[in-house]
Order: sequence, then C-alpha cells, then structure tokens
Amino acid sequence: MQRTALDFWVGLFVLIGITALMILSMKVGNLSVYNTSQNYVLTGHFENIGGLKVRAPVKSAGVVVGRVTDIQFSTQTYDAVVTMSLDSRFPFPKDTFASILTAGLLGEQYIGLAAGGDEVMLKDGDKLMKTNSAMVLEELIGRFLFDKASESD
Amino acid sequence: MFNRIVSGIRSIGHRVIESIWRLGLASRFFMLVLLKSGTSFRRFGLVIRELYYSGVLSLIIIVVSGLFVGMVLGLQGYETLQKYGSESAVGTLVALSLVRELGPVVAALLFASRAGSAITAEIGLMKATEQLEAMALMAVDPIARIVAPRFWAGVISMPLLAAIFSVMGIYGGHLVTVIFIGVDEGSYWSQMQSAVDFRFDILNGFIKSCFFGVAVTAIAVFEGYNAPPTAEGVSGATTRTVVTSSLVILGLDFVLTAFMFRGVS
Repeated sequence: MQRTALDFWVGLFVLIGITALMILSMKVGNLSVYNTSQNYVLTGHFENIGGLKVRAPVKSAGVVVGRVTDIQFSTQTYDAVVTMSLDSRFPFPKDTFASILTAGLLGEQYIGLAAGGDEVMLKDGDKLMKTNSAMVLEELIGRFLFDKASESD
Repeated sequence: MFNRIVSGIRSIGHRVIESIWRLGLASRFFMLVLLKSGTSFRRFGLVIRELYYSGVLSLIIIVVSGLFVGMVLGLQGYETLQKYGSESAVGTLVALSLVRELGPVVAALLFASRAGSAITAEIGLMKATEQLEAMALMAVDPIARIVAPRFWAGVISMPLLAAIFSVMGIYGGHLVTVIFIGVDEGSYWSQMQSAVDFRFDILNGFIKSCFFGVAVTAIAVFEGYNAPPTAEGVSGATTRTVVTSSLVILGLDFVLTAFMFRGVS
C-alpha cells in the first residue's frame, strides 16, 4: 500500500480513538463539571449518616450543587463529620439546613440543602450548624411499633 | 503397577518443568523485545505500518461488536430494571459495565483473535521460510526490525480500540433504549454522568486495556517467534496465541479488578 494512504488511515484511526476517549471522559464521565468550576468546602456534623458515601451528591431543590468529599468520625463529639465541596456559583446563607435524604425508597443517599434567610453567606471552610440525620429504617419501624403498642394499652 | 505410578508422577513433573521453562523463555524474550525497541521509535514508520494492520483493520469488528454488545446490554438491562421501576438507570448500567469490564475485555478478546493470530502466523511463517535467518545474516536484528514494531503497534492500538468499543456500545444502548423503547433521553445521559467517575471508572478501564494490549501482543509475538518452522507448527502456534491470550486476558482482568475496585463504593 502507498505510504501516504497508510499514514492517512493510521492517522484517522488514532484520531477516532482519541475522540472516543474524549467522549468517554467529557460526555460519559462528565469530567468538565469537576474541574472548570471553582469550589468551596463546607463541613457538617451529623448524628447518623446512614448509608451516605463519599462522592454522594449534595443537592438543593433537587439540583446537584456539589459532592461529598470526605467522611470522618469525630472522637470529640462522637458523631460523623461530613466534608462537602460545593460549586462557588451557588453560595448558601449561614443558616442553611443540611439533611441526609434518600432518593426513592431504596435509592442512594444524598445531602439536601435547604437555604435559610440569613444575609451572611457561608464561606470556604465554614461549618453547617443545622443538620438533620439520616432516617434509619429500623429506628422508624421500631418507633412505629412502640407507638402502636402504647396506643393499645 | 508401581512403575506406572512413578511414570505418571514423572509426566506431571515433566509438564510443570516444561511450562515453567517456557514461562522463563517468554519473559526473557519480552525483556529482549523491550531492550531492542529503540529502532521502532527511531523509525516510527515501521510501527505505523503495523498500526494499520493491527489497528485500522480491526476497526470494523470492534465497531460492529461494540454496537451490538451495547444494544443487547440496553435491552437486557431495560427488561430487568423496569421490573423495579428504575428503567431510567439503564444508561448507568450500560456505561458502567462497558467502561469497567466489557469494553477492555471484549475488545481485547476480539483483538487477540483478529490481530494477535495474524501477528503469530506472519512471524511464524517468516521463520518457517527462513526469512528471519536471512535477515540475521544481513546483520539486521529480526527482533528489532520485525517483532518490536508489531509489539508496540498492538500496545498503542489496544486502548484506542477499547475506548472506541465502549463509546459504540454506549451509543448502541442509547439507540435501543432511548430511540426504540422510549426511555427518557435526559435521564439516560444524566444518570450515567452522575454514576460514572473519571478516575475510578474511565481511567481504570483505560489502564486495564493497556495491560491487555501488552499481554496479547507479547504472547502473539512470542508464539510466532518460537513456532516450530513447519506448517503444523505455525498453525499450532496461532491456536495457542488465541487460547493463551484469551485465558490471560480473563485472568488478568480478575486480578486488575480486584486491585482497582476493591472497597470502592
């Protein structure tokens, strides 16, 4: 085969391959959202995080505004310290309420942010003061049974 | 009776020793190829020629199989997921299974049978017709001139082929589930994007396919170079290339998966 034709086909092949890698990282892996935007970090103390995992989304009004980056256990307060990284296009007021919610009945758990009315906005490294723990199904059923039992007395 | 047991044990020992000896030979050959691959980078035209034969000509089989694997994944995933009312997660299922496993593994299996066997047959036949000896007589190192360019062409084309396979599969799944069945297009892509992580999934799949590329082409060139110089020997070597590299791909895949995805939620 002619050398130029060979070069052409190989060049085309490499270009298609690199395009496929780009599609995988941009469109499928959604790489662009991670890097192009500026982030700020918040922490929150939760009594019980249930099944929350690192990389779980942080949503407000159903829109993803950030991700959980780290989960630690604090031996001072004996609760879970959740670190989350939020997109700096979305500032939240100081009295924002963070709760751990579940997508669907058995779906993945995420952090829901409900904005408060404070004029002061949260800054990088701030701590969320108002948190609400995950709903644990066993506790809920236990409470329900307990209520039922006390009713029938 | 006693003699029979002894000879049975002896034949097991003989096989083990022979296979270990062969493994050592293969590793020494692999090191030799790496040491002598300077030529293939100085004269990159040699690698480009091999890229055409092992990469470009494998495109058709990779594209078509990727498309069909994605379509089947979409259909089967939809069938199962709609029982739980979560058919919108079908994009996640298709993308994760392709990017993590099926893309690298199936592309490597196809590559082994399409390009690996061709490499073995070509080198084996060159050996059988004494072309390699002729080259050595002319003071041209056959490993540097024949083996190393084929090896590097395979190593370069394998990750690209795996990526093309995954992308075709994801669009195949899109075709079946979104266009034919009618799953919501937005949730197909958005659920996929929220579940697929660049570092954990795509980069690990890429690393996997690089490993497979090295394994498949190293086996192919080794079997070709060490084929008995007869028609029977070349055909046996070609068969061994496909069988050994398929087994190595699957075994290596388990080991790599165990290292990469252990404890990752």
